Amino acid sequence: MSENETAGEIIICQDVCKWFGDFQALKDCSLRVKAQEVVVIIGPSGSGKSTFIRCINRLEEHQAGDIIVDGIPLTRDVRNIEQIRSETGMVFQQFNLFPHLTVLENITLAPIQVRKMKKEEAQDTAMSLLNRVGIPEQADKHPGQLSGGQQQRVAIARSLAMSPKIMLFDEPTSALDPEMIKEVLDVMQELAESGMTMLVVTHEMGFAREVADRIVFMDAGEIVEVGTPEHFFTNAQHDRTKLFLSQIL
Amino acid sequence: MTSASDAQTDRSVLPITERYTLIGWLRRNLFSDAFNSILTLVALVFLFFVARNLLRWAFATAEWGVIPANFNLIMRGQYPATEAWRLWLVIYLLGAVVGVTWRLISGQFSGVARLLLTIPFFLMLIPFFSMGTRLNLFITAVASAAGYYIEGYLPIQRRGRAAVYFILAYLVIMLLLLRGFGADDGPMPPVSPILWGGLLLSLLLAFFGITLSFPLGVALALGRQSHLPAIRVMSVIYIEFIRGVPLISLLFMGQVMLQLFLPDGFPLVDRVLRALVAITLFSAAYTAENVRGGLQSIPRGQYEAAQALGLSAYQSTINIILPQALRAVIPVLVGQFISLFKDTTLVALVGIFDLLGIARTILANPDWLGTHQEVYAIIAVLFWIFSYSMSYASRRLERRLGVGVR
Ligand SMILES: Nc1ncnc2c1ncn2[C@@H]1O[C@H](COP(=O)(O)OP(=O)(O)OP(=O)(O)O)[C@@H](O)[C@H]1O
Ligand SMILES: [Mg+2]
Repeated sequence: MSENETAGEIIICQDVCKWFGDFQALKDCSLRVKAQEVVVIIGPSGSGKSTFIRCINRLEEHQAGDIIVDGIPLTRDVRNIEQIRSETGMVFQQFNLFPHLTVLENITLAPIQVRKMKKEEAQDTAMSLLNRVGIPEQADKHPGQLSGGQQQRVAIARSLAMSPKIMLFDEPTSALDPEMIKEVLDVMQELAESGMTMLVVTHEMGFAREVADRIVFMDAGEIVEVGTPEHFFTNAQHDRTKLFLSQIL
Repeated sequence: MTSASDAQTDRSVLPITERYTLIGWLRRNLFSDAFNSILTLVALVFLFFVARNLLRWAFATAEWGVIPANFNLIMRGQYPATEAWRLWLVIYLLGAVVGVTWRLISGQFSGVARLLLTIPFFLMLIPFFSMGTRLNLFITAVASAAGYYIEGYLPIQRRGRAAVYFILAYLVIMLLLLRGFGADDGPMPPVSPILWGGLLLSLLLAFFGITLSFPLGVALALGRQSHLPAIRVMSVIYIEFIRGVPLISLLFMGQVMLQLFLPDGFPLVDRVLRALVAITLFSAAYTAENVRGGLQSIPRGQYEAAQALGLSAYQSTINIILPQALRAVIPVLVGQFISLFKDTTLVALVGIFDLLGIARTILANPDWLGTHQEVYAIIAVLFWIFSYSMSYASRRLERRLGVGVR
């Protein structure tokens, strides 16, 4: 592996395979992501997009191939897993905020527990993150009192509070009403411009075209095609890619 | 039912005289049609006869003299009268604990607390109480108020911790006072638990049964979900064994078999402690199953979010999973604790004089032959008062924590 490792590649996936029972959800998926790169993953439902990014922080365990995140090989070793997780933020389709905690407590929990940060310091960081995502006034509410768009922005702030090097997004706007999608995409765009390494599963083609450095097209557990947005929208090579794009554009 | 609720919603179209009058209410809810009226009348006749017979018994037939004559026995069993002051001290301090807790959670919780504070005054009205008893009750009320005000002098952010320390200290002091220590002719001669009895013992068995079985039950529920097979299998075997056995058989086993599992000379000699062990082990299995229900109600996304943030399994259990799971099962747990309280009466069958055991001793006394109705009625009322208070407090707690609201 290491002879191929170029400086600046922060995620390296080599021939990753994943089975659910007899069903193979990922087939020899290989992808290298450079630091500060924004990679958008598209593909039909059931193609393995979620499974792929969930393997990167070990919410799913891959059974063959290698995954190396920021130089740390993802193995059964719990220390490696915990280290990778604390460097990798994840935003879910269903937000998954903690309903029994306030917005502020949602954001400060991991820094206090995992990073052993002082409470006051964690709260200061949390407030500046809430400012960044545009909802400082919601700090003392519970997640159930917020709109979907606000909840997703809290979820982003919660991940950012751990100062991750990589952010994974799994269809962050799919559960949102149309009028709230933009507020979340704006936050993500700002994050991309600030130099965050991002891996984003989404159906928002406008976002992909504007923000992505590269687009990955997956189908039936395989990475079919990888290229720049320009390549994809003008000059896609594979029939499956063309078919998919013709269906959604 | 439909007609009644229709009438409710249409209230504004009723003639003005019938909207809020008693007759209007009666007509809408009890006599809305012929069938409803017949049901109402039958129920009234039935209630009348029950109430008449009950009142006639309570005020004419019943020989209530048995209760005042045995009051101390019912309250504290054979606990020596010369040491009764220690029990009063325990009660004063309990009053202070209530006051402190009231201050700590006042606002949303004040209804229950206010009710608790009035209890000593209501008890003072009981006709056969001596002046000494009334004075003791009054001191208890004063202690409550003192606890409330002293807690109020602390800065808000230190109140929680102060209350916890106070309650923990209370538990230790309570046990020291009850049990005593030192020489038999010293200031606090030991009182063997076998002499504790009556309401005192019933409440102690229930309280310690609940507080000891709760952490054990939570641990078993978590153990049942563990990914370590040894822990999981042991938890399942324990839970399923205990749930397959009646409490009474555990109580007998506790009396005759406990020493087999303990090192020689282990000081767990007296019967009451053995019964408490049996009750605790029994209750823990049910707590575990109830908590498991709560754990299963937590969506997978909560675990995943915690993992993705880098929380360890322990951190996410303590901060994310358990708080939500326990909140979801408060009603079930309180129900279980109420049945545990009532089930403590089974210890009467292994020769321990809890409320029911005391009742049986009183009835075995030739002086009080034929007073079964009075004695059992009072025992039932005492159990009802405590069970109902628990379920009332839990409903308030649920409302405060917003159980069922996510
Ligand atoms: N826990 C699981 N057990 C069994 N099969 C699973 C599991 N999770 C996913 N799969 C299967 O793996 C395949 C890939 O699923 P995945 O969720 O990664 O798809 P996806 O591309 O994210 O789809 P969508 O756009 O609908 O979210 C699907 O066929 C799915 O049914
Ligand atoms: Mg998906």
